Amino acid sequence: MPITQPPVDAVIQALTAAVRPCDVSVFRGQTRVVVPVERALDAFRHLAGAGFDLLVDVTCVDYLDYRGAKQRYGLVYVLVNTVTNERLTVRVFADDPDPTVPSVTSIWRAADWLEREVWDLFGVRFEGHPDLRRLVMPEVFTAHPLRKDYPLQGRGERHNFPVLTRDDG
Amino acid sequence: MSIAPAEYTSLESAGPRNEEYLWTLNFGPQHPATHTTLRLVLKLEGERVVDAMPEMGYLHSGFEKIGEHLTFNQYVTVTDRMNYISPVANNVAWHHAVETLLGIELTPRCTYIRTIVAELARISDHLLCNGAVGLDTGAFTFFLYAFYQREVIYDILETLCGARFTNSYTRVGGVSQDFTPLVIEKIRAFLKTFPKTLDDMERLLTRNRIFVDRTKGVGVLTKEEAINRGATGPVARASGVTRDLRKDEPYLAYADLDFNVACASAGDCYARYLVRMQEMRESLKIVQQALDRLPDGPVNVGIDQRTALPTKQQVYSTIEGTISHFELSMANRGFEVPFEESYAAIEAPNGELGFYLVGDGDDTAYRARCRPPSVLHFALFPHLIRGHTLSDVVAVLGSLNIIAAELDR
Repeated sequence: MPITQPPVDAVIQALTAAVRPCDVSVFRGQTRVVVPVERALDAFRHLAGAGFDLLVDVTCVDYLDYRGAKQRYGLVYVLVNTVTNERLTVRVFADDPDPTVPSVTSIWRAADWLEREVWDLFGVRFEGHPDLRRLVMPEVFTAHPLRKDYPLQGRGERHNFPVLTRDDG
Repeated sequence: MSIAPAEYTSLESAGPRNEEYLWTLNFGPQHPATHTTLRLVLKLEGERVVDAMPEMGYLHSGFEKIGEHLTFNQYVTVTDRMNYISPVANNVAWHHAVETLLGIELTPRCTYIRTIVAELARISDHLLCNGAVGLDTGAFTFFLYAFYQREVIYDILETLCGARFTNSYTRVGGVSQDFTPLVIEKIRAFLKTFPKTLDDMERLLTRNRIFVDRTKGVGVLTKEEAINRGATGPVARASGVTRDLRKDEPYLAYADLDFNVACASAGDCYARYLVRMQEMRESLKIVQQALDRLPDGPVNVGIDQRTALPTKQQVYSTIEGTISHFELSMANRGFEVPFEESYAAIEAPNGELGFYLVGDGDDTAYRARCRPPSVLHFALFPHLIRGHTLSDVVAVLGSLNIIAAELDR
């Protein structure tokens, strides 16, 4: 059963008054707000002040060949107000070359590793992140594997493994 | 005693301070107390931990990339391998997210069945976590008590779906097998015997002087820190955060059932142990009530929704069943997926386990993001351990219940 969450109309109105333009949509009871990247940090500060104290997730979607997509990288921030249990999904978009969005580690420390993971797997740079290193892939890795133009089988990694035959063993 | 936490220090950026007298200890990736493959680089002054740098990625298998290439029903086998000590909870979380995206309403019987297996998974997870904390702090008997009971839960799940560890139990719009009388009988037997073992376990460890000394006041996480650093589940609840998705955003059958949310305010390893012990008792209450009220009727959604495979009886005797079976088995004739995205989470044993799904009309996800609780808990580790001794590392690590497969995905 889809979770029905309480509407966050008051928060949205205050946010659109403070940061415009915002694009608001609702799907299955979940409110999503698209914030322009240059006002993103203001919007997040505003939302943190409005009681959204828990940052549940930071992730990214690569809309390389998605129907109707205008920009390539769509960042997803899932916020929760732990008092009223409201949820809000904030979207920030960035584009090639050098996709960059502001880091929210100064507001929510939870963003530290989540942003590192997005940088690692998507190559989206977070401006103001104190320690933006790769998280799951090795330091020497050069590609960003969750991008849509990166093949499932990898690019060259497997071919460079030493091949051992039964006779060698 | 405590050393002021240096914000965001890593080994590279530690700066030109005179730190030559510090020891560097490499803890893991293979170490008995990490239980899985994760690595800590510890900076020690004598026996005191000045700083810790967690490293992860040793078990990275690209699960999210695979999720973009497997259909919604196939990917459930991969979710088994995320948190492999409570796989059913991951199955439930995955298909909860898929059904949210597709807008599928489950049958009442299915919601109750999923509630029961998710709570059994929670008991099994907490048994392992607390058992491992006991083991790491020297209480071997306690660990054996816990593992014996995990075996009983494995047996129940094996009777239910044929697999002990990697259950892959849920399907889109239903589950793979309905409860049989034998399964219900086994769960009832477990409900009868387990409280006694739980009492024994409490008597063994809860007031054990050595255990209390090693865990009380160690790895303290305040309420504000817990929220700001994104802790969820038992780790957050032990710090006084009263957040539990089963109560706050009731999903499945939790709204009908009567249970309490176990909380503590101390925020140390001992509080996390106590919260997990109490949660097992609450889970037992949930399973008991859900079994008593288990509704009759079909377990999968009907043929008209065209999401779950119809039964053999329906396939052979009705035209709707035949068509539905045919369409679901054909590639690109399966589910009707909207060009939309949604986030849905459940209260997994470890914390909030959510999936962010993007649909693109195809029956594979365009993006299948898993929000694992372990990542945020592992990121807490340096904060919790600074200023404590080397022997506290295993206690703190155990109480966070880091599962590397879920951490790295």
